Amino acid sequence: MTESPLLEVDNLSVEFLQRGAATVNAVRGISYHVNRGEFLGIVGESGSGKSVSSMAVMGLLPSTARVTGDIRYRGESLLERDDKTLSKLRGKEISMVFQDPLSALTPVYTVGNQITEALKLHDSGLSDKAADARVIELLTTVGIPAPERRAKAFPHEFSGGMRQRVMIAMAIANDPDLIIADEPTTALDVTIQAQILEVLQKAKEVTGAAVVLITHDLGVVAGNVDRVAVMYAGRLVETGTVEQVLTAPRMPYTMGLLRSVPNMQTAGRSRLVPMEGRPPSLAALPPGCPFEPRCPASIDACSTAEPPLVQIGGTGPGSREVACIRADEFERGTLGIADVFPHPEPVPPEEQAQVKGATVLQVTDLKRHFPLTKGVVFRKTIGSVKAVDGITFDIEEKQVLGLVGESGCGKSTTILEILELARPQSGSIELNGVDVASLNSSARLKLRGDVQVVFQDPMAAIDPRLSIEDIVSEPLTVRGASRSERSAKVRELLETVGLDPAMSGRYPHQFSGGQRQRIGIARALATDPKLLILDEPVSALDVSIQAGVINLLQDLKDSRGLSYLFVAHDLAVVRQIADVVAVMYLGRIVELGEADNVFSHPQHPYTQALLSAVPIPDPRVERTRQRVLLDGDLPSPTQEIPGCNFHGRCPLFKILDAAHQERCIQTDPSLRSVHNSSVACHFAEENPLRVTGVDITEKEKS
Amino acid sequence: MFAYVVRRLIGGVFLLLLVSLVTFVLFFAGPINPAKFTCGKQCTPALIEQNTKALGYDKPVLEQWGTYVVGIVKGRDFPDDPALKKTAPETIAHCSAPCLGYSPQTSQNVTTELQPRIPVSVSLAIAAFIMWMIIGVGAGIIAALLRGSVIDKALVGVSLIFYAMPTVVTGLLLYQFVAIKWQLVPAPQYVPFSQSPVQWLQGLFLPALTLALYYAAGYVRLTRAFILETLGEDYLRTAKAKGVPRVRVLFRHTLRAALTPIVTQAGLDLGALLGGAIITEQIFSYPGLGALAVSSANQYDLPTTIGIVLVVATFIIIANLVVDVLYGLIDPRVKLA
Repeated sequence: MTESPLLEVDNLSVEFLQRGAATVNAVRGISYHVNRGEFLGIVGESGSGKSVSSMAVMGLLPSTARVTGDIRYRGESLLERDDKTLSKLRGKEISMVFQDPLSALTPVYTVGNQITEALKLHDSGLSDKAADARVIELLTTVGIPAPERRAKAFPHEFSGGMRQRVMIAMAIANDPDLIIADEPTTALDVTIQAQILEVLQKAKEVTGAAVVLITHDLGVVAGNVDRVAVMYAGRLVETGTVEQVLTAPRMPYTMGLLRSVPNMQTAGRSRLVPMEGRPPSLAALPPGCPFEPRCPASIDACSTAEPPLVQIGGTGPGSREVACIRADEFERGTLGIADVFPHPEPVPPEEQAQVKGATVLQVTDLKRHFPLTKGVVFRKTIGSVKAVDGITFDIEEKQVLGLVGESGCGKSTTILEILELARPQSGSIELNGVDVASLNSSARLKLRGDVQVVFQDPMAAIDPRLSIEDIVSEPLTVRGASRSERSAKVRELLETVGLDPAMSGRYPHQFSGGQRQRIGIARALATDPKLLILDEPVSALDVSIQAGVINLLQDLKDSRGLSYLFVAHDLAVVRQIADVVAVMYLGRIVELGEADNVFSHPQHPYTQALLSAVPIPDPRVERTRQRVLLDGDLPSPTQEIPGCNFHGRCPLFKILDAAHQERCIQTDPSLRSVHNSSVACHFAEENPLRVTGVDITEKEKS
Repeated sequence: MFAYVVRRLIGGVFLLLLVSLVTFVLFFAGPINPAKFTCGKQCTPALIEQNTKALGYDKPVLEQWGTYVVGIVKGRDFPDDPALKKTAPETIAHCSAPCLGYSPQTSQNVTTELQPRIPVSVSLAIAAFIMWMIIGVGAGIIAALLRGSVIDKALVGVSLIFYAMPTVVTGLLLYQFVAIKWQLVPAPQYVPFSQSPVQWLQGLFLPALTLALYYAAGYVRLTRAFILETLGEDYLRTAKAKGVPRVRVLFRHTLRAALTPIVTQAGLDLGALLGGAIITEQIFSYPGLGALAVSSANQYDLPTTIGIVLVVATFIIIANLVVDVLYGLIDPRVKLA
């Protein structure tokens, strides 16, 4: 007899009834199953219904939701159960890890208290002493240092990564059979993400539970899950093993996702393929395939009826399910991913701006320390936060410098110091050969036109009460341009960034996130700057939108000869666009060099750890990768660290002998040239750590 | 924590000094010489001058303020004349610490005048406070949990009516119907607790209810809003996901967080009310600070007015401190420093 699946979701639909508006069909007839001990990934963009469907499994949807279909756990239907019996199941048999660990723990109770609550709810006979012991055991399992002490700490005393560990501890407290992890690493830094995924794997081993991992990140799926289900507009559009789906997708949406996300291995070699348009509104779906309006492979039949999810490739182990009427053509190979999503061409050489290679920005030994003070009336300085501690770099014309590092490393302070256009605390900043310290206020205003900025969150960075024309032309208004000049320039700029100039009278809320970011770019271009500072310009955008914005930035650079200071935490995006990379750690640059060189031969142990933490959306690579994992979090910036400030977390330091270690503890390494890069590590030459899966091992199949 | 409280108390003393200085300056900005009220119909310019001198009103403002502040700590004599004290002690009125001055209108020391009235206002304020917290917060919770239902709308609507109704109307209606027409309670009057706790409570019922209905109306809306806000928090989803039953999610995870802003508001409201409920005390002829504030202001009784201002300011400062300390206890993220 074959074992029945642990969880069966059968034709599940979730509708949200809205007063005075059309019903939102968040989930539309999806069926999937999870076997015991299996690791299933559900992938989709925001609004695809992936979270709603798992909340339905937990019975946690709000009362405005109407759920139909069936959800069976161990063969028994969950939908008919009342809240009381469900709550006996929740946290005991099925538990959940949520996205934002900063808000997912009750702020007024200690973490020990909250884990104990989970334990005692399902085991009323548990003694206080036994509960305490179990809490400490759980915290140890998820890798929280000093668990006895930390159990008594409140959630706000933990970092994001540590809170997510607590969430996992809570989820495995009662030895569940199914753990649903809803975007568990989305809000975290890439190094912390790698740690959390490791903990999740460990939790799975310890409990033997099946795990459902919900994510938008194909890379996260590649290295962890057995099977993948791709969701789009409330439906499953493709399922299969992780190898099948990621290496030989049969649904154009999956193909588009894979092509639009830069892969850190291959980034920069070929241009990204943007997926045009955006997902349809779930309140007003088209009659045909919901992906049809965005699908380059669509044919007439696509717009008449929605294709069902059907099995292809026989019934054996190679079988999988796809919802596309052209799936057979993909399966037979008569239609390939390159036919559907060809790589767009770069700006042709004759249209490229010719530059001489002059230095646009020169930053020398820039420092910014913030004093730490104590006392209310009589303030005294008790230390300082070295946000930026002596960094040097330059950017040439038509060059992109990628500045990377974990949050809190000083990237943002660096940008702010440059944008200030004033004498820095220490060191110097030269823009177009002019030392900004020497500027008077009118010269400063003039020079400000040469350096412009694009911010991370396009929702927050443009004024919702101004029309697009007013937003884009404001830099010109300040400089006294006439109305007709401004209007002509706005039309030209909107065209340049790929927006319809006729839309200049509209307001920001009428645009999507990607379009708003284009508006932000148009505004930055209004003064014809030489240098654009891009502060995480794509990290707030959905993956399918990112590619278009990145391509736009590349084209603008080529045709206008712009230089970029590109700040990002997503290393694949940086590799896609940057010529030179600077890796920052605690206010210092630890490695600086040509992007290709740094990405294929990272020499500083921190760079190695950063790169190996980035997941690559290719299961073949992920399974064979060697990782260099970092311990713990970024130290507090107020802490004074003697010697090399990375030695406490350094994977290389751990394998050095005592004499070498002493040098790391005693002497602060400065940047020096090693194999064509600048590296701040005493032992870069002897570094035996190797990061695999970073360089291209085989040519990308297309 | 202890250091924090001490520091706040010292700050409070400075604040009171500042309040007394400002009221003192305002005192002299007016055209009224308090000594005029010392002798009534027999006043002659000479007599007024003599009394002005005896009460110290001839000295410079700052010096008088200094004497006043010292008097609060040490007590003082009127007139402050050591020579006279030896020769004719019977002509000197002593005002013992804490001396808030001498009121010519009532021929009494202000402190003596205020002392019996403080318990009256405090009993009224505390009784009203307990009632409005139970009514307001309770109704707020019910309204939030049944959001959108008829009960929710009824509670919010009724609270709006009471909020719009001045205490003078509510108070008179309650007096007229509950006490006189239906005789459900004896006619309200103040009976000291020490005399008869039962009568004290009976007498308090209507005036406290008058105040409570007004304040509760605001708290219904406040509580409802904060609970609804908290109900959207991610950590409630976490609690449900670990199997916490509905009721427990509400009481353990929701209320505690929603409570914090309510505690702030409640503390400040109570602090202000301790200084006397002017209209309510008038309606129910309660001999509290509020009633005295009205009569002393009407009679240009400046020393009494200043005394009341200082007492009220003290209550508010203490209430503020209590709120801040409670805040630290309720929410571990708040660090008292």
